[in-house]
Amino acid sequence: MRILLLRVIAILVTFIGLYMLSQFVTYQMDPYYFQVLIECGVYIILAVSLNLINGITGQFSIGHAGFFAVGAYVGAAWTMIWQPMVVGRYSFLQMGTLHGDILNLLIALVLGMISAGMAGFVVGLPSLRLRGDYLAIATLGFAEVIYVLLLNINSVGGARGLNGIPTLISSGNLALFWIFLFVIISIVLSRNIMQSVRGLTWLSVREDEIAADAMGVDTTKVKVTAFVIGSALAGAAGVLYAHFLTGISPDIFSMNTSILITTMVVLGGSGSVTGSVIAATVLIVLPEMLRFLKNDRMVIYSVLLIVMMLTRPQGIFGTKEIGFPKWRRKQPKTEGRSA
Amino acid sequence: MRIFIQQLIFGIQLGSLYALIALGYTMVYGVLSLINFAHGDVYMVGAYIGFYACTYWLPFQRISADPHAAVMNIVLAVVVLLLSMLMCGALGVVIERFAYRPLRNGLGITDAHFWGFALSLPVAFHFHLFHKVSDGAGRFLFGIMWFLLIGVIVGYALRPVIRWISLRTVLSPSRLNALITAIGVSLLLENGGWLVFGPNPEFIGTMVPEKNFKILGGVIINSSQLAILVISLILMLILRHIVLHTRTGKAMRAISHDIEAAKMMGINTDKVISVTFAIGGALAGAGGMMVGVLTHVQITPLFGLLPGIKAFVAAVIGGPGNIPGAVLGGIIMGVAEAFVGGSSFSTYRDAIAFTILIIILLVRPAGLLGRNVAEKV
Repeated sequence: MRILLLRVIAILVTFIGLYMLSQFVTYQMDPYYFQVLIECGVYIILAVSLNLINGITGQFSIGHAGFFAVGAYVGAAWTMIWQPMVVGRYSFLQMGTLHGDILNLLIALVLGMISAGMAGFVVGLPSLRLRGDYLAIATLGFAEVIYVLLLNINSVGGARGLNGIPTLISSGNLALFWIFLFVIISIVLSRNIMQSVRGLTWLSVREDEIAADAMGVDTTKVKVTAFVIGSALAGAAGVLYAHFLTGISPDIFSMNTSILITTMVVLGGSGSVTGSVIAATVLIVLPEMLRFLKNDRMVIYSVLLIVMMLTRPQGIFGTKEIGFPKWRRKQPKTEGRSA
Repeated sequence: MRIFIQQLIFGIQLGSLYALIALGYTMVYGVLSLINFAHGDVYMVGAYIGFYACTYWLPFQRISADPHAAVMNIVLAVVVLLLSMLMCGALGVVIERFAYRPLRNGLGITDAHFWGFALSLPVAFHFHLFHKVSDGAGRFLFGIMWFLLIGVIVGYALRPVIRWISLRTVLSPSRLNALITAIGVSLLLENGGWLVFGPNPEFIGTMVPEKNFKILGGVIINSSQLAILVISLILMLILRHIVLHTRTGKAMRAISHDIEAAKMMGINTDKVISVTFAIGGALAGAGGMMVGVLTHVQITPLFGLLPGIKAFVAAVIGGPGNIPGAVLGGIIMGVAEAFVGGSSFSTYRDAIAFTILIIILLVRPAGLLGRNVAEKV
């Protein structure tokens, strides 16, 4: 009972705190810094969700921008194409008021997450047959196919992209609220998965798939679940990003984005949620900080990347975590995570 | 039917270029199980070397001005091809030595010098130390001397830093690490190319005489298409000879079989891996040079990216590590792309590569010619 109360209080505090913060920050902050902050948030969601697939379950997916794109385009398609079709019949879907905006955004989120999750299911299925590098190439190929399809489907703008998406999350300055709500959701989800019994099966698939199989872990189910959850979160990031930018084009979801997200996970230490968060922040902020170098900045960036990989191959954090207090009752010491 | 054969010839020409790049991928994958993402950028560098050799370094004559210059130009073009292969092979060795070897064996003290040069490159550009050849040989050489000087100084300064780091580095055999390092090298080459070659697209004019031949039923085959086919075939035959009939080739096959066992048999694996990278780089350089000189595409620092990825897809389709597979995959890829590009779905031509890839991976996960290795527990 006490734990339940604590949880409710924690959730309430999170909501109110985020709301206050977003109201405060949006008025006070320089728009440039605000943009960078939002981008950090979006990429944290992407990195943490890819970490579920790559770091915790030990699969090798490097096509995360594909799911990001599916979410963004399906979400945008709801607010731009499908919602105007049905709004005549269901007038409560009318946008413009606060609750109408929130309702529409929630529908867009649900649709985006479901479709991205379905895409994740489709991509996760080959992971039953493919391992390691082969799976990596298949996921990269999937992302590239999505990219080319988006370039060619005229109803979503083709190469011009989709512009004039209603900015549902910026009305009432809620952009920061929504995006960081999902940041928190993805982090808490990862933490809960890692600390639960179910999560131990995921980690066991990472450590040794054959042994896990032999011990009775349903590796198929674990891998596909990881793919579905990870891609659904990426889809949510896509919906939010599309409604923040109000204009998306396929170029946002090109192979470079996939590679950037993979780099975040590896740089932070695959398997470490803290690492993913920090690396996502660093990799978004660093190119901005290096802007004074003008043309040289990407050279320095790539050199730093190589040096980092050579000098600290396990990533910034390895598999360690910071700030994951175990609020619940004490867990047995024999936790399966390898340090 | 005529159009069909025409597209088929174009597809095979495109495919033989993909096959040349794919060979480098597949050989590196065979010996190291590493996806060498930077390989497409080596191809880009090959095209740029072709461009500089044709426009600045070698005395090419205008064919239209002097009909006797044609023979001379063809000889020079062969020199450009060899030069491009040589320099790209060297680039491949450098990449392996300074990015992938530390990943396997740990950082060594001599690696400091490479990082010294790499870091002083942007500095040299920032202070405009480099001059074009056209600015005069003296200024050009002077700029290079400055760069070398700064590079050596920075390298010596980095020595203690590298030593300090190497003592604290824990080697990790993770595949993802190798992949990210390869991506970093690829980014470095692209952005370094942006600085060195400039962002403007370059273009190589007609350097060797071109002629259209009509063969059965009005099908036209261009002399440069023919040249690409013949040169690729010759290179592939040389490669086949090297891999199957020389000691180095034998060592390469041994390493791709089992690197630990090869080491125990006294094979100098580092040296053989270097040779592999040299051969792969040389093939990519030849491909890049032929694309630039014979098909006159626009060359930009980013133009190696997509052919690189497609060639990698070709290597995977044929079965990574399998040399005939890479050629087969390249041809399949080129022909499919030519047919899709020639049909009304031409905007989908970049997607076809990946669609074929996903289908083949699902049906035959080890590639068309690859062997399925049973996993022992």
